[in-house]
Amino acid sequence: MHLRWRYIGVVTLGGAAGTGVREALSLVIPAAGAFPTAIFLINLTGAFALGVVLETLLHLGRDEGHRRMLRLLVGTGFMGGYTTYSTLAVGVAQTFTAGHAWVGIVYGMLSVIGGAAAAFAGIAVGAEIQRWRALPGRRGR
Amino acid sequence: MTPAVFAALCVAGGVGAALRFVVDGLVRSRVRSVFPWGTAIINVSGSLLLGFLTGLTLHALLPPPWVLVLGTGMMGGYTTFSTASIETMRLVQEREYVMAATNGFAVLIVTVAVGFGSLWVGSSL
Repeated sequence: MHLRWRYIGVVTLGGAAGTGVREALSLVIPAAGAFPTAIFLINLTGAFALGVVLETLLHLGRDEGHRRMLRLLVGTGFMGGYTTYSTLAVGVAQTFTAGHAWVGIVYGMLSVIGGAAAAFAGIAVGAEIQRWRALPGRRGR
Repeated sequence: MTPAVFAALCVAGGVGAALRFVVDGLVRSRVRSVFPWGTAIINVSGSLLLGFLTGLTLHALLPPPWVLVLGTGMMGGYTTFSTASIETMRLVQEREYVMAATNGFAVLIVTVAVGFGSLWVGSSL
């Protein structure tokens, strides 16, 4: 499955778009002193959005056809390219060399805990949207 | 940043994402484990390369646009935080708390250590 050119193509497309949005946002969101606010917010919003996307697709049906293409384009591609782990890791390492180790430790810990919480919230919101869509009064629209 | 560098950065991010998709698929087909080894390997190797590239620019061994394209673009697209967070949450849901904590904190510590080391190597060349 990871070697199908069509799949690789949509992941590339989504990844390029996500990377562009990440860079654009990181150029306009200022850092709060030694704390890299932009990457922090990008990673948390991306974890939340991926949770919503994956949970929604899961409720819509099996991972095949259009649904799989959408998951690869928006999830693996866009959200994967939008968020970044390497910039987080090297960002923390750079706070150590710059003498702001505590800022780095807080940044790293808040990212990991906040990321998991944001993913959880995204999954919950995705499930809630599906429950609301499945309400009896809304059937057949 | 010039529009050309921005465009190259986006393309590189797409290539990085495709590379992640292939590497993750290869790891998944070879390693049978509840632990998401694919994403962990990707994030550690990507942090290693980004640290090295960033280190090289500190003594102007690599022009800044190259770090933007290969580092911010390609390594940024290759590594992923969103999938790592989702996988940590899935481990929590499956009550694999030790694995969830390992995927969250141990991977962070390893990526930072590796990034710190390669940053140092890159900047002392």
